[in-house]
Amino acid sequence: MHKIQRVSIQPGDFDVALEIAALREGDHRVGAVCSFIGTVRDRNQTRTDPAGSVQSMELEHYPGMTEKAIEAMIDDAHLRFDIFGARVIHRIGLLQPPDQIVLVAVTSAHRGESFKACEFLMDYLKTQAPFWKKEQTATGAKWVDARVSDDAALARWGIQSSNA
Amino acid sequence: MKVHIKYFASIREDVGCGAESLDTDASTVAALRDELVARGGGYAESLARGRAVRVAINQTLCDESAALLEGAEVAFFPPVTGG
Repeated sequence: MHKIQRVSIQPGDFDVALEIAALREGDHRVGAVCSFIGTVRDRNQTRTDPAGSVQSMELEHYPGMTEKAIEAMIDDAHLRFDIFGARVIHRIGLLQPPDQIVLVAVTSAHRGESFKACEFLMDYLKTQAPFWKKEQTATGAKWVDARVSDDAALARWGIQSSNA
Repeated sequence: MKVHIKYFASIREDVGCGAESLDTDASTVAALRDELVARGGGYAESLARGRAVRVAINQTLCDESAALLEGAEVAFFPPVTGG
């Protein structure tokens, strides 16, 4: 079983089938694969914005810290859950609906652990990974606001978060 | 001591630059933030007390009570919105 790169921060798109195949390759212990994909929606979070439509999204990040932070989150996932491997890909740069933004994929023997680890990694990433989204709409550009509900989601795993 | 500061997202836009180095007498991140706010303009606008600002020292999230280290990379950024 060869070692794969766990975290990729990249402008280019990803193919979930290829990524899962690589994650599973040669590991016959794997009985479960769980994956999550986040994509760019065409509606922004402002219900008061009559235009409400997102034409494009710019994703900024903190080179160096982004990779380091997500690697640490995966290490934490391995401590908490009985999983074999995890892969996180997060895109940066200019995206538009319906582009893929993020992939989290996890393998385990049974489904419970990889379902949980996948959700855990997304909740963690949403509140602590240094990315920032700027949406371009018909009425202009606006930085997306962080959500208190994301901090609440991470708190379910026993991690205090005060991002938003 | 010398510190290397990085700014991201809306804070970077308000401050007008993404990075700068400076010599400071501040011993904590909080004191450094106050020093930057005192410059006025975009610094005051984006880093003022009451504005949600997150910080990292040497690429690790910390809170503002954290002590500054000689040569440290200190980053100021808004709440994160990835994923």
